[in-house]
Amino acid sequence: MPKLTVDGVELEVPAGATVLQACELAGKEIPRFCYHERLSIAGNCRMCLVEVKPGPPKPQASCALPAADGQEIRTDSEMVKKAREGVMEFLLINHPLDCPICDQGGECDLQDQSVAYGRGKSRFEENKRAVTEKYMGPIVKTVMTRCIQCTRCVRFAEEVAGVPEIGAIGRGENMQITTYLEHAAKSELSGNVVDLCPVGALTSKPYAFEARPWELKKTQAIDVMDAVGTNIRLDSRGRQVLRAVPRINDDVNEEWASDKTRHNVDGLVRKRLDKPYVRKDGKLVPASWNEAFAAIAAVRHGGSVAAVAGDLLDCETMFAGKLLVERLGGTMLEGRQTGLAYDVSSLSAVNFNTTLAGIETADVILLVGTNLRWEAPLVNTRIRKAIKKGAKIFGIGPQVDLTYKVEWLGNDASLLAKLPQAVVEAFGKAQRPAMIVGGGVLAKDGAHGDTLALVETLGLVKEGWNGYNVLHFAAARMGGLMLGYAVDGGIKAIAAASPKLLFSLGADEVDYSAFEDSFKVYIGHHGDKGAHAADVILPGASYAEKAGTYVNLEGRVQRGEKAVFAPGDAREDWSILRALSEAMGATLPFDSFGQLRAEMEKAVPAFGQLDLADYGWSLPKLPTGANGEFGSPIKDFYLTNAICRASPTMQQCSAELIHGETFAEAAE
Amino acid sequence: MSNVIAPLSDKDRIFTNVYGFQDWGIDAAMKRGDWDNTRKLLEIGQDEIIERMKASGLRGRGGAGFPTGMKWSFMPKESKDGRPSFLVINADESEPGSCKDREIIRHDPHKLIEGALIAGFAMRARAAYIYIRGEFIYEAKVLFAAVEQAYEKGFLGKNACGSGYDFDVFVHRGAGAYICGEETAQIESLEGKKGQPRLKPPFPAGAGLYGCPTTVNNVESIAVGPTILRRSPEWFASIGRENNKGTKLFQISGHVNKPCVVEESMGISFRELIDRHCGGIRGGWDNLLAVIPGGSSVPLVPAAQIMDAPMDFDGLKAVGSGLGTAAVIVMDKSTDIVRAISRISYFYKHESCGQCTPCREGTGWMWRVMERLRTGDAEIEEIDMLQQVTKQVEGHTICALGDAAAWPIQGLIRHFRPEIERRINESKGSTPVMEAAE
Repeated sequence: MPKLTVDGVELEVPAGATVLQACELAGKEIPRFCYHERLSIAGNCRMCLVEVKPGPPKPQASCALPAADGQEIRTDSEMVKKAREGVMEFLLINHPLDCPICDQGGECDLQDQSVAYGRGKSRFEENKRAVTEKYMGPIVKTVMTRCIQCTRCVRFAEEVAGVPEIGAIGRGENMQITTYLEHAAKSELSGNVVDLCPVGALTSKPYAFEARPWELKKTQAIDVMDAVGTNIRLDSRGRQVLRAVPRINDDVNEEWASDKTRHNVDGLVRKRLDKPYVRKDGKLVPASWNEAFAAIAAVRHGGSVAAVAGDLLDCETMFAGKLLVERLGGTMLEGRQTGLAYDVSSLSAVNFNTTLAGIETADVILLVGTNLRWEAPLVNTRIRKAIKKGAKIFGIGPQVDLTYKVEWLGNDASLLAKLPQAVVEAFGKAQRPAMIVGGGVLAKDGAHGDTLALVETLGLVKEGWNGYNVLHFAAARMGGLMLGYAVDGGIKAIAAASPKLLFSLGADEVDYSAFEDSFKVYIGHHGDKGAHAADVILPGASYAEKAGTYVNLEGRVQRGEKAVFAPGDAREDWSILRALSEAMGATLPFDSFGQLRAEMEKAVPAFGQLDLADYGWSLPKLPTGANGEFGSPIKDFYLTNAICRASPTMQQCSAELIHGETFAEAAE
Repeated sequence: MSNVIAPLSDKDRIFTNVYGFQDWGIDAAMKRGDWDNTRKLLEIGQDEIIERMKASGLRGRGGAGFPTGMKWSFMPKESKDGRPSFLVINADESEPGSCKDREIIRHDPHKLIEGALIAGFAMRARAAYIYIRGEFIYEAKVLFAAVEQAYEKGFLGKNACGSGYDFDVFVHRGAGAYICGEETAQIESLEGKKGQPRLKPPFPAGAGLYGCPTTVNNVESIAVGPTILRRSPEWFASIGRENNKGTKLFQISGHVNKPCVVEESMGISFRELIDRHCGGIRGGWDNLLAVIPGGSSVPLVPAAQIMDAPMDFDGLKAVGSGLGTAAVIVMDKSTDIVRAISRISYFYKHESCGQCTPCREGTGWMWRVMERLRTGDAEIEEIDMLQQVTKQVEGHTICALGDAAAWPIQGLIRHFRPEIERRINESKGSTPVMEAAE
């Protein structure tokens, strides 16, 4: 614990801290461009210069200098002020100063810091440098003349995303940041460079010229594109969400978000259901709410009622749906739309038990039947961090490029029963061994049991450590399982029971041909597969248009707020269910969202604690003996749900990054 | 200066084939005394070799003048974690004006290779990497062949010179970037990355090439090692002045009658150096305008101050410049001095790696202002602004290239400000125009 002084104030800092961190601990603001807490230290912007004694009689880059005992640091001396002014001047001489037409304006580090630390005017009389734009894919718009060569994007691509495709070419003032051969950076995380860029060189292409930051309403929300539960902020103006950006939560998403999380929002205003529809003579025709309710109330279901929950649902909607089904005399609830029927007698056996932050500390990891990059890109970055700390990764399943070295053992489920000796030995030596079980495993008979059998063999559970992880990729999954949205035999069992009345709560991945005889009521927000098959459509709200509770894949209960109103006649799902229940003569016991949430917390107390839900730890005895190849449950990362299928940005990402189409851009 | 340094006598020359009058090959080199019982030199012992290098007073010949023996002593005496140590020999001689390493490599390569073995042995290095400048095509050919010859004789490789020590020498060709002469940029480049200087700390002696302890030395510093050990450190220390000992290859270019590379005593006076070896200044001593005494990165020294200055680290520091690589650029009165410095500014603008802000942006700015000062298309105040800009670059960068770009301009402004002002006034018309206060 080195003791030092910052501007005359003595303090003790943790061992290994840098001078910059010491200054921050002392409450001093240190301007910086290249330094970023989650990236390696480059020390190239020279903005963080401070005066340090003992040391050479020149200012030192505080981001790269280790704090040491007895240092006298000054951040307020004339030398430091001059150094900052000098660096600021250099950064600005070749910066275009086109702030009025720059999307970064208002949230630009260069703007802010030049106001705080720069000189008032320029002495630069020469011509400014101009740099040609670089193509970086459908997400990132470049205006490279604004670039200040901080290399944050380069370091992010290499260190966090694992795609070393962004780099610097050229020397001196001709140094330019570009992607390799100007191809799109093939990463699911490329949008993060937009947040990292301290200036307007890399901005969001779909959001270009949409809004200024000060005109946006900022709402804290939870992302539903995968089961990670990325903490996001929805920036909206009027009735439209214009962008989604990550919030910092070290337990969940650190400060990253996948491209799907960021850019599905333009799908929220397309293909929306904005009025009720009723099927008449085989065609869906617009109707009033009362007509729609009357059509549903006319169904003689006799208690044969089922509900299927979609992947994007909040817990409140699922809870209200469950109550309605129960009041109508039904019991069939299912959320696993694609037909998965894994055992849920113990939720701990289908949970991500190490927690997201915990997987970073694992020293050996076995991946089974999972494409982490697509199923949960932010879990993949955690694994990369584990590898940096020395973890070794084995994989069983289809070989995919996960951006790091995996020792692939083969793609055969029977390997689970006869792991190679080297793997067993590696796990035997490990302090914190972990296994990640993906969707491919849950879809295969016996494979879930095989992986559970390995818990003992590989010693995954130790004092203070549970290394057994199941990786879900539906935001509603863990919440749905906690609410009982799972029947034995899965959705096939429901189809076999042929319910008279089927509520589809935003379920767009269901094979509705198995429900020919059911009267299907679709409550959801997009005109997708579920709406096409429905007999009555009740327009609901998307995740941005309602408050809700979500449980992520590690069982973390989180809440999002409502950013905007749903379009047209669409209503929040809970209020639709409440009104419908009344029309069907089975009135639900709540009149407000608050009452509903209270009811839900009464039924499942874990929803009341914004923390990891405690599932205990018990291993169910399941059939084993799986064999054959694992499939991949996600065919197209960018088009996994109704919102992103409606999003032009996601469609373009899919076409370009997955199907390799090229797009000619008109000259601007 | 108090003590006059005697010119170097022929018997004290280390580089006996620097003009290539004899063959560079190993047989001729052995006749000249290289590789003569090298094993005995190694038997002196690792710590004792370093002690003797310290006693010789040898200061690094690459420009900074850091004591070589002390540099070697920073290397770990034993590897605690199994990492090997490396010696990197900097043959990326790119400083404008410098051409000594080139002469050593093409005419006396075995001095360098033998020195590599001794230095590498002393600092317990596993191997030496010689990073040779990309443009040195013939020199690289010679060096590759010379290393090959040394391996054939058993002087390198397993059990080098029968000493029981295993040592390899690898030659690596650069791609022609000046910045790769900076030690950490050179290490980056050797690793196959873009040649950009690293932040220090960690210093290379702690974590250098491939993260292993590394020392980077100049060719000349390494090549004089065997002779110092053979002839004793006291002999080396007897040449030159206190703190500036030994012999040095001077490279005199520019407006002298006979430009040359010559080995001389440290501390020899400038006048003696020019008169004895270069046939005097073109047009006589009265025609001397200024001298850049240590390669393009040191400030120039006007004629009056340089004439009797001792040519060594401290002597040139006293006149506001530096010895650098001892690349003496002589300029007579026919020189357009502003243009000369402007050209140097262009060089640094061109060679800045672009990593850190002050150098990337500042070198271009300085050059552009210099170009306007050259033609007089500027305001008087801009001279002061340029001076301030150089001060904003100097000392604010990761490596010393920023300093190297700033110093020549500072030297120019210090000594030739009247000349710059004259040009500005002339371009504005002979009579200065009075401006109303704004």
